[in-house]
Amino acid sequence: MTDTQALSAPIANVARPARRSQWRTAYFGTPGNALVTLVCGGVILLLAKFALGWLFLNAVFDGGAEACKQSSGACWPFLADKLRYMLFGFYPFEEQWRPLVALSLFLGSCGLSMIPRVWGRGLLLAWVIGILPLLYVLMAGGVFGLTAVPTSKWGGLPLSFMLSFVGLAFALPLGIGLALARASHLPAIRVLGVGFIELVRGVPLISILFMAAVMLPLFMPDGVTIDKLLRAQVAIILFAAAYIAEIVRGGLQDVPSGQFEAGRALGLHYWQVMFKIVLPQALKKVIPALVGLFIAFFQDTTLVTIIGLLDFLDTVRTALRDPDWQGIAVLEGYVFAAAIYFLFSALMGVYSRFLERHFNTSYR
Amino acid sequence: MLFLNDTRFRAAFYQFVAISAVLLAAWVMYRTASANLARQDIATGFGFLSRQAGIAISETSIAYGPTDTVARAILVGLINTIKVSFLAALFGTIIGVFVGIGRLSANPLLSRLMLAYVEVLRNVPLLLYLFLWYFLIILVFPPVRQAIQLFPGFFLSNSGLAVPSLEWHSGFELVLSALGLGIAAALVVRSVARRRRIASGQANAGWIVALILLILPVLAVWASGQVSLSWSAPEAGRFRLTGGLQIRPEFVALLVGLMLNLSASVAEIVRAGIQAVSKGQWEAAQALGLPRSRTLRLVVLPQALRVIVPPLTNTYLSVFKNSSLAIAIGYPDLVMVSNTIMNQTGQAMETIAIFMGIYLGLSVLISLFMNWYNARVALKTR
Repeated sequence: MTDTQALSAPIANVARPARRSQWRTAYFGTPGNALVTLVCGGVILLLAKFALGWLFLNAVFDGGAEACKQSSGACWPFLADKLRYMLFGFYPFEEQWRPLVALSLFLGSCGLSMIPRVWGRGLLLAWVIGILPLLYVLMAGGVFGLTAVPTSKWGGLPLSFMLSFVGLAFALPLGIGLALARASHLPAIRVLGVGFIELVRGVPLISILFMAAVMLPLFMPDGVTIDKLLRAQVAIILFAAAYIAEIVRGGLQDVPSGQFEAGRALGLHYWQVMFKIVLPQALKKVIPALVGLFIAFFQDTTLVTIIGLLDFLDTVRTALRDPDWQGIAVLEGYVFAAAIYFLFSALMGVYSRFLERHFNTSYR
Repeated sequence: MLFLNDTRFRAAFYQFVAISAVLLAAWVMYRTASANLARQDIATGFGFLSRQAGIAISETSIAYGPTDTVARAILVGLINTIKVSFLAALFGTIIGVFVGIGRLSANPLLSRLMLAYVEVLRNVPLLLYLFLWYFLIILVFPPVRQAIQLFPGFFLSNSGLAVPSLEWHSGFELVLSALGLGIAAALVVRSVARRRRIASGQANAGWIVALILLILPVLAVWASGQVSLSWSAPEAGRFRLTGGLQIRPEFVALLVGLMLNLSASVAEIVRAGIQAVSKGQWEAAQALGLPRSRTLRLVVLPQALRVIVPPLTNTYLSVFKNSSLAIAIGYPDLVMVSNTIMNQTGQAMETIAIFMGIYLGLSVLISLFMNWYNARVALKTR
């Protein structure tokens, strides 16, 4: 160890080229490379110039719709005016502190739960009996002197988060069950598992949402109606479960079959082997992939706007059609929505890559 | 109670319980659904397929009018779905391969620019992009009356792009079969030439022969004088353009949205695939004197394909399924046409069953094709 260090240290010092020449090779090493640099630099400059001009230099900062109509830049007063509507939809105006608190509480708890060190049974319990009921009470009201707000009034960013987070939280156990069914040695169980997974994965999400919106009421006994939001939520849970099942199956296949056999040889029951030996190893491997799936589902919840739920994309689009602002700030609205989606998706992407490194190092 | 501990008995018992539960649930659902349908006076069965559809479809690739049957309307929607998914997959793959290679460029400016491209596309929902592209097309291009004439016969306006088209009067089938013959002959020559090249190690002129064989039958049919066709150029009318081929803004928005979305996924897959090829392959090719572009084309990409093809299958399946977002911007794909029919006939169950069945069937077909292709590029172990 010390020998190699002694040998390599001076060599590394001598061989390292000056930073300046490294920089020159990277950008202007060959004529072709120099051309690529110039073209890319030009594209970046053009984009930066356009973005700067649109966002700030030509933008309107105060004034109303008329001022925005005259200007070619972004219309910030539109955002200021419609921000609360875009974030919270038709939630009663005086009560909008409740979704705000719920959203902050949710994001804060998510942020804390992202630290691998706090993972464990306690955290799960805190979510199930503490955070989730509290969020529901905040949103729905009806107790502790809070006015009751029906789910038809829920909308905006809290709804988008709810559909994707609750969707995935419930889909996870279901998906694990489906993956176990698919890996089962009982033919009938396996066929049922495979059938469900392949059926759901073979059709678009929108068709399952249509089923929930149009077909599900037909399957209900007379007089029983299920809340529209709940129906969409169930559709998302079923859809997500099939995708989770495939990811978990990948994890299960990575666990050597000797682990299962050794557990059975020790006299453990099938469920004990699965829950105490196989699944912990399998799930650990697929956590980064599950976070990746969560990003996709966070974006896919936008599809509920097609069946008429007021998710974040829908409230933004409704704000664009406001008679005061119609046709004036369309680009602004879409860019704002895109920025919000980008922010959360990119953050989760960074987290997914962090987890990948985290689990990689803990194995070595 | 010995038999309760018998694994064979327990296995049979569990399976029996699972299947009975599923059958029971299905039976209960069937009973409530048929009672509900009878009470609401909704017809059942697939008889409505042969009735008159009575809906207009804004984009049709085969002859269709409102007086045609419901089944034909669904077929028009299906063809539109396939058309837009196929074109999006084709162009998206081409863009994605270049972006993926650019991501690995030694030039930091290019690789970061490509990274930004991928991240901007992957972190924003596709549906939002579809709305955005559609809005931009309507915003940027002028109304029909002031349509921009790009070249004579090419008009660009906010109701789409109008281009001249060929109109066949006779001999279409003849040309088509000549083309098929040419392609078959060219493929045979190509494979013979390839085998000879590999056996002898010498380049040969097989591709020239193949090219000649490809166009010869078509030219021969043309020269026989049995084909007649004419140009149909779009003409600017008062309110709309008539004649020629009209490419509608909904189609363009959907195509661009799907294509860009797919290209970002393909770029990531291609990058991962190229990175999976060991560095020694690059160095060996360089030592043999191959330039960088040929190394990439002849040595690295064929090996990367093995890693690339399986995830690529999933990407193609998802572009096919994502084309159903067409309904949000009003492109008449399978789902949108079915939805219109559903609203008209009230036969939600049958209609949803039909389009889900079609999606399922085609998904399986795409999977089978990609598995066949995967088996072709997979590592041949001796």
